Amino acid sequence: MTRDFDAIIIGSGPGGSTAADILTAAGWSVVIFEKGRNHLIDLDEPSRLLEDFSNDEIKFLYRHFLGPDPLLEPRTFRRHEGEGDRIRTGEVNNVPSTVGGGGTHADGKVPRFREDDFRVLSEWGPVDGATVADWPLTYDDLEPSYAEAERLIGVAGDATANPFASWRSGPYPMPPGAPMYGALLTSAAAEKLGWHPYAAPTACNSVPYDGRPACNNCGFCGHFGCPIHAKGDPVASLRRALLSGNAELRPETFVSRIVVEHGRATGVEYVDRDGATHTERAGHVVLAAGGLETPRLLLLSQFEHPMIGRNLMFHHQTYVLGKMAVRVHGHKGRSVTHVHDDHLVPDAESLAAAREAGLPWFKGGMVEHAGPAHPIIEARFGPWGARHKDHMRRSEMRDHLWGFCMQGEDLPQATNRVDLDPAVRDVRGFPALRVTYEAHAHERVASDFYGAKLEECLTLAGAEWAVRHTSPGSIDPVSISRHVAGTTRMGTDPKTSVCDAWGRLHDVPNVVVADSSLFPTGAGYGPTLTLVALAIRNIRALAGVTSLPGG
Amino acid sequence: MAVFFTDDEYRVIEAACARLIPTDDDPGATEAGVADYIDSFLGAFAFDPPRIWAGGGFSGRFGGTPRFAAFHRLTALDELAWRTRIEGSLGLPEREWNGPVVGLQERYRDGLRLLGADFADAAPDEQDRRLGEHKDFTALLYQHACEGMYGAPEYGGNKGLVGWAYIGYQGDVQPRGYSDDEVSQP
Repeated sequence: MTRDFDAIIIGSGPGGSTAADILTAAGWSVVIFEKGRNHLIDLDEPSRLLEDFSNDEIKFLYRHFLGPDPLLEPRTFRRHEGEGDRIRTGEVNNVPSTVGGGGTHADGKVPRFREDDFRVLSEWGPVDGATVADWPLTYDDLEPSYAEAERLIGVAGDATANPFASWRSGPYPMPPGAPMYGALLTSAAAEKLGWHPYAAPTACNSVPYDGRPACNNCGFCGHFGCPIHAKGDPVASLRRALLSGNAELRPETFVSRIVVEHGRATGVEYVDRDGATHTERAGHVVLAAGGLETPRLLLLSQFEHPMIGRNLMFHHQTYVLGKMAVRVHGHKGRSVTHVHDDHLVPDAESLAAAREAGLPWFKGGMVEHAGPAHPIIEARFGPWGARHKDHMRRSEMRDHLWGFCMQGEDLPQATNRVDLDPAVRDVRGFPALRVTYEAHAHERVASDFYGAKLEECLTLAGAEWAVRHTSPGSIDPVSISRHVAGTTRMGTDPKTSVCDAWGRLHDVPNVVVADSSLFPTGAGYGPTLTLVALAIRNIRALAGVTSLPGG
Repeated sequence: MAVFFTDDEYRVIEAACARLIPTDDDPGATEAGVADYIDSFLGAFAFDPPRIWAGGGFSGRFGGTPRFAAFHRLTALDELAWRTRIEGSLGLPEREWNGPVVGLQERYRDGLRLLGADFADAAPDEQDRRLGEHKDFTALLYQHACEGMYGAPEYGGNKGLVGWAYIGYQGDVQPRGYSDDEVSQP
């Protein structure tokens, strides 16, 4: 059998870039397929990072610069099967489709999960209607990889500041960056309520790091690519992999099928930028297309495990936003500089509220202190006509709005899933992915409980008024969370999980998943650092850098 | 010189935008050239490269080499998407893999009919009445007017940065950014 590469990597986001970094360091040759365009790195001279990203609200927020374009690659949505084939076609949870994937648009918050996040079933117990599970590994197993991930991508943070954090083997590689004024106000109020706000761990350089400059607080962070590449994820990993000489990156190529012969993957079929179909062969396939596209590709490849695509999780986001009496200029700074974890861990009060709502327990999530807004958004929310200009001059949104976003833990449910839409197609003719998703009572009850507390905190911090929204929910039934997880969950039982404890498909073990699709539960933290750490651990095992359990 | 609208259409769009974002003590849509923004978006393919994505990384307004005016080249798929979105699918099979798509150009031509050829010369109250009556088109026009008023001037609007100046917004501050004090102090 000819094997042109040791491994094919599908997806160039944080998971795929990490896999490329680890494998090339181990001497493997890899080819990375990315369906989106390359605006990140000069492929002929990988030490040079491109200058395509910019402080441009039109390009990034209204013209799909980072992709996917919802006309070319529509997705569909329904809450449940009773709604028919779909209630929405177009943009559904569009994490960027571009070289660098979701890492390019994020504002770089990269917290670790807590120890109990890896054993939710053992620690907190089952919940009716949810498929709560323990992870097949512990925090202790992952801690060395967390530390490595923070070093590789460059994370700024304060290791002493968060009393809810789990143990760590060392400090953050960089100190925190400049705190945003609004975050100082809400942090002071949160402390008065007995909470513990702390500097958010962020993959934004606070000092020059790894040959990239310090962040200069431009404010175009979340949803924007960084013009100066002060965000380390996944630029750092991808650049190292390409500079090794062992990696080839092919943008604008869509992998349409993983080819399996006799229980082993032999390669992939892909469509190039001219629409021609080709085959590439390799000894291993690393699948890192993200929580939505990873299960879609397995389904397009006619993998048959009944759990593929199930247990889809987002974060149940609770937004509490208000007008601060003073100008807090949330458009200056790195989007989020402070967070608190006080609503992550059940206590006596929350357990009583849970019992009253018919739940055994509930968990909220990490709360971000933030107020980002840009002028076009502010204008669109305002009125047209005579009142427009005063709306903009007062700037209750861009300059005065501040508040919280809680990334509420979303319990897995088998009925929440990704599958293939029966009729809608992408531009290449392949079935679009369909999201079927509805929140569990757990998320709604937790949101109500903690949302009220956050309103109290915002008023204490000086808000003249406050509003509360949830996503999914009061804004839109489609979740706007770009934190997607769970669709090829890992576990030890091949009947209830798609992947084993090392990310390998139970059915085809030379296919390794390296993204948040692996997560059995979603925690109340953004997924990126955990998926990068998992990729470090699992891909090292694949490369034989550490041994697999049981040989 | 408009690339998509006729002179009469341009007058209607300019008059409508002047009602949406009026001129008062500060400049409004007219001074910002919002109609030019909309015209060059609907006529994006009259330019080479098409005026879809302004270049990066810096505008030059706060240092660095100005490159916003060098619009990105589009791939074949990008062009397919943006031509379909702007021009509509026009019955072309390669644009209708999920069925017909009504383009922005057609929505604007329909909207112009609804507002009436005499719109630019109607009294302000009558202009507001017609805008209020045709809510769907007005919502589309307002979205684009906001982009043209408060977006980067390389897209054709926000001339002289008048949209940013009157709200005290500095805009695309890279590569200068904001100092730590500007971030952390009131």
